[in-house]
Amino acid sequence: MYVAVKGGEVAIQNSQALLAEMRRGDPALAELSGTQLHAQLRLAVDRVMTEGSLYDPQLAALALKQAAGDAVEAIFLLRAYRTTLPRFGYSVPLDTAHMRLWRRISATFKDLPGGQILGPTYDYTQRLLDFALLAGTPVPPAPRAPAPADALNTPGVLELLEREGLVETQPVPADDPEPIDLTREPLRFPAPRAARLQNLARADEGFLLALAYSSQRGYAHTHPFAAEVRFGSVELEVIPEELGFPVSIGDVELTECQMINQFSGSADQPPQFTRGYGLSFGHSERKAMAMSLVDRALRAPELGEAIEAPVQMEEFVLSHSDNLEASGFVQHLKLPHYVDFQSELELVRRMRAAGAPEAQQP
Amino acid sequence: MTAAQQAPVVRDPHVNFAYLDERTKRMIRRALLKAVCIPGHQVPFGSREMPLPYGWGTGGIQVTAAILGPADTLKVIDQGADDTVNAVNIRRFFQRTAGIAVTTDTTRADIIQTRHRIPETPLREGQILVYQVPAPEPMQRLEPRRSETRKLHGLAEYGLMHVKLYEDIARYGHIATTYDYPVLVNGRYVMSPSPIPKFDNPKMHRSPALQLFGAGREKRIYAVPPYTSVASLAFDDHPFSVQRWESACALCGATDSFLDEWITDDQGARMFVCSDSHYCATRQAGAVSTEPSHGPE
Repeated sequence: MYVAVKGGEVAIQNSQALLAEMRRGDPALAELSGTQLHAQLRLAVDRVMTEGSLYDPQLAALALKQAAGDAVEAIFLLRAYRTTLPRFGYSVPLDTAHMRLWRRISATFKDLPGGQILGPTYDYTQRLLDFALLAGTPVPPAPRAPAPADALNTPGVLELLEREGLVETQPVPADDPEPIDLTREPLRFPAPRAARLQNLARADEGFLLALAYSSQRGYAHTHPFAAEVRFGSVELEVIPEELGFPVSIGDVELTECQMINQFSGSADQPPQFTRGYGLSFGHSERKAMAMSLVDRALRAPELGEAIEAPVQMEEFVLSHSDNLEASGFVQHLKLPHYVDFQSELELVRRMRAAGAPEAQQP
Repeated sequence: MTAAQQAPVVRDPHVNFAYLDERTKRMIRRALLKAVCIPGHQVPFGSREMPLPYGWGTGGIQVTAAILGPADTLKVIDQGADDTVNAVNIRRFFQRTAGIAVTTDTTRADIIQTRHRIPETPLREGQILVYQVPAPEPMQRLEPRRSETRKLHGLAEYGLMHVKLYEDIARYGHIATTYDYPVLVNGRYVMSPSPIPKFDNPKMHRSPALQLFGAGREKRIYAVPPYTSVASLAFDDHPFSVQRWESACALCGATDSFLDEWITDDQGARMFVCSDSHYCATRQAGAVSTEPSHGPE
């Protein structure tokens, strides 16, 4: 029978069995647990939660295990789980000024209220492979500074500049509209900033990083300063209808970036600093910073800036930022295209037979 | 090998009927109703993230899930065949999540989900053909900005498309589009028929079946109600025409069907076989008369 390229259910089942076997690897070695992944590969877990739009370290770790470490596949698993979950409502807006800080740095002020906290970072590690890790040496506990009395109240740097009117303020819109949920409603253009930010928060880190980088290399004129990058945990509160007051439902770890850009002013706005914002689950500074640069670049129409570079083009950025959409459509080329290809084959043969381009009508 | 010969798939009791929750299905059905009321118009909808990848039929799957009932019989084809891996996988998905009856028989199916083909056997009233659509916007390659194409549709301003077709004629002597060939629906909206070969376009015109189109990644739904006019774009002096083959199907002898080309050895020998596996199998079993059920024009 001529069915070489056609496969059935048995092939699919066998493929899945083989995949499971290869995921497990050598059965003589101990199996990874989700807890181990969560505890020891926390940054991978954080990325899966951020782009998977679901704060659940255990499930993100499970997804990573099931995906054999492939971040995008793990994000797919988490999103497919999340999609049918009921929506109960919105939390009270997070107040990151009350973050329990692990890390907080500003590149704009040497010293500032609340201080600079270096915290856990790879930034100054000199990136030499640590062969001791192969043997599994115990790690001594890190020294900790005593927490200051007002540790849970560290307002953002930008509030200092706001008082002088040097940085744009971001008041809550008059009627405080409910945000668009892009997982329930299709994205429409032009998109409000809240919808853009949701899209960017879910966006592929690599895609945002490349776009942000392009904006620094002359494809859009931005002159950014990292006013503040902070990482820590924040209390999440909801107001149950029957109670009418906020109740804490737990803590989430977040990385937040406030990027400021000089702005020479326009007809109706004085020269001042404008903002770009980035937020991600867990500890993901690369993502949060890239997001803040792209957010600012996408504000070009609002600020009357010329749109010249890809990073400023809303439809281009927002339509291609989702790694599941991109991965699915790029890889759908693996699906059979016999019919389309046959049609093209027939066309190319006909055009070749016709010789000169204008020789023949169909 | 057909689906019927394979081991039965057990209904998974942990998921809702046809996977999607009922509110989501209702949202999709509302979009479908609007789409049926405005034939060929793309209706934005809150496309959900499905457990299958974007680009692999998530739009068609959501439409099928929204209209599927427990008594329905489902047929799923990819490239015209019931036994290609993706068709098997989507059929399994609905067996597993909805426990419905499935068939490979075009005449017995209530709902047919398809990628890239319309069955050769003419459809009848009451049947629903669900197309998987990768790119719902027919002008996407001419104008990638949705904000612009929306205006062009609103104004029925299709000059861009006609210029493209004209340029083909100027350059090649004929229109060099062989699949996803644009159509004008009900005299109003230019629509992508999904990447079916233009060979299938005439089957859409005044079809007794309801035709629904789902684009999951692009979050659009559109429809062609039964007995609606669907005209392939053309010019008076360059009328629309479909592909023809010099050979007949090597397995069933059909001369009226879309033929796939199979390379049968490493010397480049080839044979032509029906892309519609059920049509071919039925003809081989002698159950169909040799008269063309419908000719390409």
